[in-house]
Amino acid sequence: MESKFMENQIIQLTKEDFSSDQMVKWCPGCGDHAILHSVENVFPNLGIRKEDFVVVSGIGCSSRFPYYMNTYGMHGIHGRAAALATGVKLSNPSLSVWMITGDGDCMAIGGNHFIHTVRRNIDINILLFNNKIYGLTKGQYSPTTPRGSKTKTSPQGTFERPFNPGELVIGSQGNFFARTLDTNPKHMTAVFTEAARHKGTSVVEILQNCVIFFNKAHELITSRETKDDNQLMIEHGKPLIFGKEKNKGIVLRGTSLEVVTIGENGITESDLLVHNQYDPDPGIHMMLARMMPPEYPVALGIIRSVAAETFETIMMDSIIHEKERSKIKTVDDMLNSGNTWVIE
Amino acid sequence: MTTKKSKVVGLEQVVVRFAGDSGDGMQLTGSLFSDSTAFAGNDFATFPDYPAEIRAPQGTVAGVSGFQIHFGQNTVYTSGDLADVLIAMNPASLKANMKWIKKGAIIIIDADAFNEKGFERAGYAADPLSDGALDGYNVIKAPITLLTKEAVKHLDLDNKTTLKTKNMFALGIIMFLFNRDLKLINDYFESKFKANPLVVDANKAVLAAGFNYADTIEALGSTYKVEPAPLEKGRYRNITGNVATAWGFIAAAERSGRELFLGSYPITPATEILQELSSHKELSVKAFQAEDEIAGIVSAIGASYAGSLAITTTSGPGLSLKSEAIGLAVMTELPLVIVDVQRGGPSTGLPTKSEQSDLMQALYGRNGEAPVIIIAAQSSVDCFYGAFDAAKLSLEHMTPAILLTDGSLANGSEVFKIPRVADLPEIKPPLVAANDPDYKPYRRNPEKLNRYWAVPGTEGLRHRVGGLEKEDVSGNVSHDPLNHQKMIMLREEKVQRVANYIPDQAILGNDTGDLLIVSWGGTYGVMRTVVNKMQEQGKSISLAHFRYIMPLPRNTEQVFAGFKRILVCEINNGQFVKYLKMNFPQYRYEQYNKIQGLPFMIAELEDKFNSILNQ
Repeated sequence: MESKFMENQIIQLTKEDFSSDQMVKWCPGCGDHAILHSVENVFPNLGIRKEDFVVVSGIGCSSRFPYYMNTYGMHGIHGRAAALATGVKLSNPSLSVWMITGDGDCMAIGGNHFIHTVRRNIDINILLFNNKIYGLTKGQYSPTTPRGSKTKTSPQGTFERPFNPGELVIGSQGNFFARTLDTNPKHMTAVFTEAARHKGTSVVEILQNCVIFFNKAHELITSRETKDDNQLMIEHGKPLIFGKEKNKGIVLRGTSLEVVTIGENGITESDLLVHNQYDPDPGIHMMLARMMPPEYPVALGIIRSVAAETFETIMMDSIIHEKERSKIKTVDDMLNSGNTWVIE
Repeated sequence: MTTKKSKVVGLEQVVVRFAGDSGDGMQLTGSLFSDSTAFAGNDFATFPDYPAEIRAPQGTVAGVSGFQIHFGQNTVYTSGDLADVLIAMNPASLKANMKWIKKGAIIIIDADAFNEKGFERAGYAADPLSDGALDGYNVIKAPITLLTKEAVKHLDLDNKTTLKTKNMFALGIIMFLFNRDLKLINDYFESKFKANPLVVDANKAVLAAGFNYADTIEALGSTYKVEPAPLEKGRYRNITGNVATAWGFIAAAERSGRELFLGSYPITPATEILQELSSHKELSVKAFQAEDEIAGIVSAIGASYAGSLAITTTSGPGLSLKSEAIGLAVMTELPLVIVDVQRGGPSTGLPTKSEQSDLMQALYGRNGEAPVIIIAAQSSVDCFYGAFDAAKLSLEHMTPAILLTDGSLANGSEVFKIPRVADLPEIKPPLVAANDPDYKPYRRNPEKLNRYWAVPGTEGLRHRVGGLEKEDVSGNVSHDPLNHQKMIMLREEKVQRVANYIPDQAILGNDTGDLLIVSWGGTYGVMRTVVNKMQEQGKSISLAHFRYIMPLPRNTEQVFAGFKRILVCEINNGQFVKYLKMNFPQYRYEQYNKIQGLPFMIAELEDKFNSILNQ
C-alpha cells in the first residue's frame, strides 16, 4: 500500500492543478467561495498525488463542491456522504478522502451516518459548512438554527434546541474536531491542513454565511465591532486569551469554564487554562466546543486532536493476519473446505 | 444386546422431519443426518423451519424448531412435501407438524415428554396418543429422556448436560432406520468436542443407545435403504443458498480481478451472507457492517467508484430503504449488485417465511426511469451461479443488478458439485488505462453502451460523477431537455442490450403443447418435479422457468407462441404475470398464486395442472 504522504518524493502542485473548468454557481457573496479557495490552496501542499484525492458530498449548496474541484469526486444523495466516503476509503485506504457537507445534510438526514463514521474513526476529512439554515431548498430551519429563529417553516420561531456539531463529534468519541470561519482564509488553510494530516476522522466545522436566507448568522463572531469579544483563537500550549484588549481569558473553576478579566480579582495570565488539543480526556474539549456567545466566546481552531488507530488500519491488519493464519489461500481452497465427498 | 435381522426395504426417496423445542438441537441433528446422507451417496435437499423468536416459551407450538431432509436415489429438486418420518421430541412438535406428514408415516416421539405438563403447554386438551388421532400412523413411543439418562449414567454428568444429548438418541434411531454407519457422526463428536472428552463420550454413548434401541424394539419391522444417486463424477459438498450467494461473489471477485466489498446491515433472512463474507478476510473480502441499510448500499457505491466489486445484501424492507441509492448507482452508471433475499411482506410481514413478492419493487421501486438488471436464482446451489452472473453482468455492463433469492433458497441446502474457479467464465470490467487521451466519463462502448470505469488513483482520469443528470459523453451536469431524454434512453437501452449476453429461455419438454407452465426464481425445484412427473404420464405440458427477469431472454415471445394455454405460478399475488401481460399483451395468461408463507406442494400443483388439462 502506498503511503498517503510520500515523504521522500516532493510533489510540485499548484492551486491550478485543482481548479475545475466548471462554472461555480453559488450566490455572489456566499461563504462557500472562500472555502473553495482555501481548499484549493491546501491540496497542492499536502504532498499527495492529485489523482489520490477523492471529494465526495451529499446534497445541499455546499455539496456541489466536488464539481468545482479537479479531483476524483462524487456528488451523492442527501445525507449519505459519510457512507459514500466510508466506501471509498475502505475500498482503497491509500486515497485522501474529503467529505463536503452542510448542517442539514450532515446533522439532520445524515446524522446517523455522521456519528457512526466518527465513532469508527475512518480516516476521512469532513468539512461541515454550518450556515444554520437550509439554503438549497430556500430558507427552512436546520438542526443548527438557534432556537426561536423565524424561518419559512418556523414563522413563530423554532421550537427545538440546536445541535452543536462539536458536542456530537466528541460525544461520538471523535478524535479530531476543529472550528473555523469562512471570513478567515488564513485560519481555514491552517485548520484544513492540520485536519488532513490527522489520521482518523477529522471534522472541521466552518461557520459559513448564507447571504440570502440567514445573512449575518454568525455576525457576533465575524463583525469587526464584536468579533474580538466573541471569538477565542485557541492554540495548543497557549493560554486561552481573547478580547479587544487581550485581557479576557478562560479559567477552569470547579467543573466549569469561566470567563475572567486579567488584572481583576487578582487574576493573572498564569491562572488561565492552557489549551491541550492532544489531551485524550474529552472533558475540557467538550466544554470548549460548547462555549457560545453571549456567555462565552466561540472557540476557533483545533479543539481536539488525539491520535488513535483508524478503522481501515485495523481492517487491513486483520486481512494480513488472516492471510497468514488461514489454511484457505485460494477461492478453490474455500470451495473445498469443510465436509466434502467425492463421487467416482 | 442381541441383533435381530430386520428386513431391508429399498426406497427411491424419503422425507424425514426432525422437530423439537427450539433448544433441543434439531438443526444440528438434521445437519448431522445430512452429512451422513451425503456419505451414503444420495442426492438431497434440506430445509430448516424455525421460529421467528430465538427462544419462544419452552414446550409451546410457537417454540418448535424443525429440520426437513429429502433424499433419494435420483436427482432431488426440493426439500420435499410431506414427511415419511417425523421425530417429535415433545407434544408441541407433534401438534405443529401433523399437517406436514404423510398418512401412515412413522412418528417417533419422546414418550417421556408426553405428559400432562407437555400437553398443556402444547395446547392439547387430551393425550394425543390415546384419543385416536394417530390411528393409521406407525407411532414409536421411545422413552428417549429416560434412556438417555441411563446411557450416560456411568459418566456422572449434570442433568443439563445429559439432557442436551438426547437429540443424539433420536438421531441414533434414525441412523438405524436408514442403515447408516455411525462412524461419521462419532468422528464429528471427536473433532467438535476435542477439548471435552466427557462430552464426546456422552454423545457417542447416547447415539449408540438410540441406534441399539431401534435395533432391539419390535415396532420397527423393517429398515430402509436408499441407493446412491447417479451423480456426476466430482467432489461435492452440502451448501445453503446464503453461503452459495456469498461464495458466488467471492468467485466473481477472483475472476474479475477486483476486490470484493460488501456494505450491509443484518436482516432476516439475508444475514448469513454478511456473516459468511465477514469470515473470508483471508481472501481479501472487505465486509462492512454499516449502521443501517442505506449506509450499506451507499458505502458499496463508494467502494464501486473506488474500483471494488461492490455488493449489498438485504431483504424486502431493506430493499425499500435502498431505493434512492440504487437510483444513484443507475445514474452514476457504476457496477453494484443488490441481493434481495425475499421474505413475506409487506412491512415486517413474515420475516422467517419465504415469498416472491419483491419482484415489482425490484423492477420499478425507484424514482425516475431507473432500469436495473434482475436475475432470480432458482435453487440453493444456483445462488452461487446467480451471484456470479449478476456480478459479471453488472461489472461488464456498468449498471446495477439485483439478485433475487428467497428465504427458502437461502436457508435450504442442496448438494453442490464444487466447480473449479478457473472453469468459471472470465469477467472483464471495462477499466480505463492511465492517461487514456480519449477518456470521457460518459463516453460509451458502442455495443454494450456501458461507460468506462476510471478508478481513483489512476493518473490522467480525474472526473466527477453524481446523482444529477449528466451531459452525454462529457459527464458535465446538464439540465438540457433533449440531453435528459437521450440519457434516459441510453440507460434503458444499455440494460435491454444485456439480453444479447444471456442465454435463450429454455423450455423443459416440447416447445408446443396444451399447457405451458411459467414460473421464476425459487420455485424451480417443485415446478420441475411436477412437470417431469406429468410428462412421464404422457400429459401435454411444458415448463418455462425464468431466471433472467430484466431483461427477459430474447426468445421469450416465441416460447409463449407454441402453447394453447399459459399458466403463471408464483408465491405472490401475480407480479410476474402482470409483467408478462405488459410486455407480451398478445397472449392470454392464467395464474396460480399462493401467499401463505409456504412453498408450493407437489400435490396442489398437480391438481391444478390436471384440472386445466382436463377442461
